[in-house]
Amino acid sequence: MRLVTTTGLAVSALLRSKLRSLLTTLGVVIGVAAVIVMQSMGAGATAMVTGELSGMGSNMLMLVPGATQGMGGASLGAPLFTRADLEAIVRECPAVRSASVMNVRSVRVVTGDENRSTNLYGVSPTYLEIRQWLTVMGRSLTDEDERQGAKVCVIGETNRMELFGSVDPIGAEIRVHDMACTVVGVLEPKGASTFGQDQDDLVLMPASTYGRRIMGDDRIGVMMLSAAAEDRIDEAKAQVESLMRQRRRILEGEDNDFTVRDMRELIAIMGTITGVLTSLLAGVAAISLLVGGIGIMNIMLVSVTERTREIGIRLALGARARDILSQFLVEAVVLSLTGGLLGLVLGAAGSFAASRVLDLPFTLPAQAAALAVGVSVVVGVLFGVFPARKAAHLRPIEALRFE
Amino acid sequence: MQAPRAPLLSLRKITKIFGEGDATVQALRGVDLDIYPGEFVAIMGTSGSGKSTAMNILGCLDAPTKGQYLVEGIPVESLSGDVLAALRNDRFGFVFQGFNLLPRTSALDNVELPLVYADVSASERHVRARRALAEVGLAGRERAHPNQLSGGQQQRVAIARALVNAPEVLLADEPTGNLDTRTSAEIMALLVALNRDRGITIVMVTHDVGIAAYAGRLVTFRDGLIISDQPRLAA
Repeated sequence: MRLVTTTGLAVSALLRSKLRSLLTTLGVVIGVAAVIVMQSMGAGATAMVTGELSGMGSNMLMLVPGATQGMGGASLGAPLFTRADLEAIVRECPAVRSASVMNVRSVRVVTGDENRSTNLYGVSPTYLEIRQWLTVMGRSLTDEDERQGAKVCVIGETNRMELFGSVDPIGAEIRVHDMACTVVGVLEPKGASTFGQDQDDLVLMPASTYGRRIMGDDRIGVMMLSAAAEDRIDEAKAQVESLMRQRRRILEGEDNDFTVRDMRELIAIMGTITGVLTSLLAGVAAISLLVGGIGIMNIMLVSVTERTREIGIRLALGARARDILSQFLVEAVVLSLTGGLLGLVLGAAGSFAASRVLDLPFTLPAQAAALAVGVSVVVGVLFGVFPARKAAHLRPIEALRFE
Repeated sequence: MQAPRAPLLSLRKITKIFGEGDATVQALRGVDLDIYPGEFVAIMGTSGSGKSTAMNILGCLDAPTKGQYLVEGIPVESLSGDVLAALRNDRFGFVFQGFNLLPRTSALDNVELPLVYADVSASERHVRARRALAEVGLAGRERAHPNQLSGGQQQRVAIARALVNAPEVLLADEPTGNLDTRTSAEIMALLVALNRDRGITIVMVTHDVGIAAYAGRLVTFRDGLIISDQPRLAA
């Protein structure tokens, strides 16, 4: 029989049972779409995390007290750093461009009628440059502020919104931990971090003011450093390490009681985390593909089995086994392909929608999509044709009598 | 009988056993039967007598357990699946008790089906299927689906489908089994006319003596054997 005739037979058989065709297609559509959405979200999350980290400034280094532990963690109880340490690093490490204090604590900030808890950072004037962070209103902190221990602060977008709303905050006074303080600038909004933390919920003030007026302690918890260039990170790290060992009088053979971390380590750690996330999602996708495949298999088996009588009639009228087979093959291919393509479109649309809602970058994982469509079509065709093949090789009377 | 030349269909010591082990049923116990061109044979018997089994073997819808079935002297067991399919397609026409039309498919499409498998072009299929439907009195009902037709009309569609490929033999298994008396008489008149005017050989299974009386020869089965084979009762 010619292909045109077979295709005609198959298509008219599909149109005769619109509901059955629709349900069969639906099985494929859902299987494919689920896998694509899942993979796209995984890829989107990964892309977002890596993008965010490299946006933080990849030649940034962090000096924290305590020995290195496991995945970049540091132990507590080691002595903090001093002003003299900071100045020594800037002076004696040529591969370090600049250094900043970063002391953090949680405080209450109060305006006329607003009162909220936020993170207070005591930082050097170089901090925003190291973090590659700009102000969108007013100015940033200056050397002058630092020298005088000025009662000024730069606030994050969340504090601007919560404390001032539509009022211009520049020049306004807020109380930070019961100290009156003038707002001189507002930071560019950064949004939520990878870990879901609001990066704009903060107040920056000069480290000297923070030390003297808030903590009564001038020591430094964390230092942020920037290497002179991206390819000098290792050099900077080595210089800082040897300088600090010397300054902290660590004997040869003894472990550091501080840690220098660079962003590459953080990126590597994040890579591990997103890798786990991606393989988790791949696992979920594999399961949904399996479930989808079983669904397709079932509906195909049921649909072909309930048509055994039809096959019997066709055999009695002179259809050869291969005529039956090619009809069911074309039917299964048409259904599975239609379902696969619809699932692809739906999955892409769903991924796009999810990326908008969850604020992730939109990526369409081509490999996963191809795999999903491929597996669904193969499963659909296999289980559409296999029972038909069985029925086509029955004696016509057995197929006719099939209930 | 005018001494026909050679039998068209011959069953030789046909045995058919269903089931396995203890649950076997011997439906046919060595049946010999010759059917000659142009005959109208009625096969009678109670249910379980083996008449339908014999009919299915005659139509190549089923294969015997033992014995030989010859179509025009050729043993069927020597034929490949494709040749059997071709045989069913152009030598035999089937009419079933339950009509066996494809549901949700127009009368015309149903009648065209044997032509599809005979590789007839679409335009010729339409012409021949329309003509066949007109011959059974269903002109104008080509677009109707089986569920829009009465039982008698559905059986006419089935007869048109059986005839569309101009077969030599029409095999009818209880063709009036699902029909009322008046419709049955109409269907039988149609079959008689086909036999008389076109010379189509008809083998019909029935358990109704009145229906069997339309045939020219009556074969009676009991317990898997032929117990009588005689010309028409009511001349």
